[in-house]
Amino acid sequence: MFAMENYHRATDLNDAVRALAAHPEARVLAGGTDVLIRLREGDGAFAHLVDINGLDELRQIDMDTSGTIRIGALATCTRIIEHEIIRSHLPVIAASLATIGGPQIRNIATMGGNICNGAVSADSACALLILDTELVIQGPAGERTVPILGFHTGPGRTILRRDEILKYFLFRPGQYRGIGAAYCKYAMRSAMDIATIGCGAALRMEGDIITSLKLAFTVAAPTPVRCPRTEEAAAGRRLDEETLALLAGIVEDDVQPRTSWRAERDFRMHIIRTLVQRVTREAANQQGGN
Amino acid sequence: MQQLPITLRINGRAYSMDVDVRTSLLELLRGLGFTSVKEGCGVGECGACTVLVDGVAVDSCLYLAVWADKRAIRTVEGECADGRLSPVQEAYIEEGAVQCGFCTPGLVMTTTSFLEQRENTPLTREEIARGHAGNLCRCTGYQTIIRAVQRAADKQRRSGRR
Ligand SMILES: Cc1cc2nc3c(=O)[nH]c(=O)nc-3n(C[C@H](O)[C@H](O)[C@H](O)COP(=O)(O)OP(=O)(O)OC[C@H]3O[C@@H](n4cnc5c(N)ncnc54)[C@H](O)[C@@H]3O)c2cc1C
Ligand code: FES
Ligand code: FES
Repeated sequence: MFAMENYHRATDLNDAVRALAAHPEARVLAGGTDVLIRLREGDGAFAHLVDINGLDELRQIDMDTSGTIRIGALATCTRIIEHEIIRSHLPVIAASLATIGGPQIRNIATMGGNICNGAVSADSACALLILDTELVIQGPAGERTVPILGFHTGPGRTILRRDEILKYFLFRPGQYRGIGAAYCKYAMRSAMDIATIGCGAALRMEGDIITSLKLAFTVAAPTPVRCPRTEEAAAGRRLDEETLALLAGIVEDDVQPRTSWRAERDFRMHIIRTLVQRVTREAANQQGGN
Repeated sequence: MQQLPITLRINGRAYSMDVDVRTSLLELLRGLGFTSVKEGCGVGECGACTVLVDGVAVDSCLYLAVWADKRAIRTVEGECADGRLSPVQEAYIEEGAVQCGFCTPGLVMTTTSFLEQRENTPLTREEIARGHAGNLCRCTGYQTIIRAVQRAADKQRRSGRR
């Protein structure tokens, strides 16, 4: 038995928002792979639940005529990974989600839950950051659209208010067309493990010159982060060993890894320097296909 | 605590009941006598509780019983028909992929959905390992399990049935 004290099965999105507004202690339940674990551990913060798991209106994956791609907050990792639109246009999203847990977890876990959970290790975070994804959020007073950059405010914390629900992710064609992108998760085991460091890069090139680099890390700071100093230094430079070595030095100013039982700070910094070079190269290799 | 009415199919048979919303699908199934469904860890790490929900492998320990409403559940109990084991079950036995057996029902269900989704596509060792990464076995060392999956895939191709 899960240690629930209150349970409301939402009939639609408005009903869910109303239930959250009426019960300030209530939390959203999506795929439950984070929430139900907390309940197992007896975390009272999740004893009052508004269950949105059955809301098909939040599961859509589609593309409009302008090329904007929408992924519903409740789309499961497996469905996103296997979807034709995602495979063709957002392969870095599919690649990132494929590193989460094992098959049974990916069959249930949602990308909305991965990002709303606020974990600093969330495997979808780097890809969402380098694509400058927009999040559409529903609250009692209506909806608002916010950039992913700034969504996370601290470990386990986001800008979501208690009575707000993430509806979907938006990917604009200007962000994903013509880029090469890659994600690398460094973990102790090749499956069923949380990232020690995650790194994502999106690259635009003209010949062998970098016109723009977007770089993101997880577990390298209190929230998933972009790397503005490294990105600025990369623009206009030739993609070669010298540039990569330069970026590996600058990135130290963009991150603040810390020591935990998983890894020492210095070891994390070493991985970060290594991944900047590896993932930027990999992103360059991915360019052309989108 | 709140009870909700659900109707579901388990191994082809229809059930209707009221369930306490706090119940996991694992608890519901074991309560009904489907004790092939094992609780190893209770937190999504081991896969011993794997069942199929509308053909999709899930950890039943992390799945609310009320989510099973209007869905079709499959457990190992339903995999042998008319006293005949499924090709996956046969393959596990033939390869000696069962030692203490605690992980076996979950693994058999994972393999079953894994192969149903990849009918007639050639399988690499790598894909099999990735497709079974959510199931732990502390006895076999996995080599026999990987061979069992390959053997089951061969049987499936030869017989044209799952
Ligand atoms: C065995 C195991 C392995 C795992 N491995 C990984 C891994 O490798 N990488 C990784 O990143 N994660 C991993 N996770 C964590 C988890 O699976 C993911 O974070 C998952 O994507 C969460 O999605 P969910 O739908 O299950 O969320 P839930 O558990 O339902 O919700 C998570 C949080 O987000 C909130 N929330 C969910 N949806 C919304 C919404 N639409 N609007 C507002 N708030 C919402 C909930 O209130 C809750 O706080 C693992 C978990 C387990 C159990
Ligand atoms: S008991 Fe469900 S995954 Fe271990
Ligand atoms: S056979 Fe004992 S755990 Fe797998």
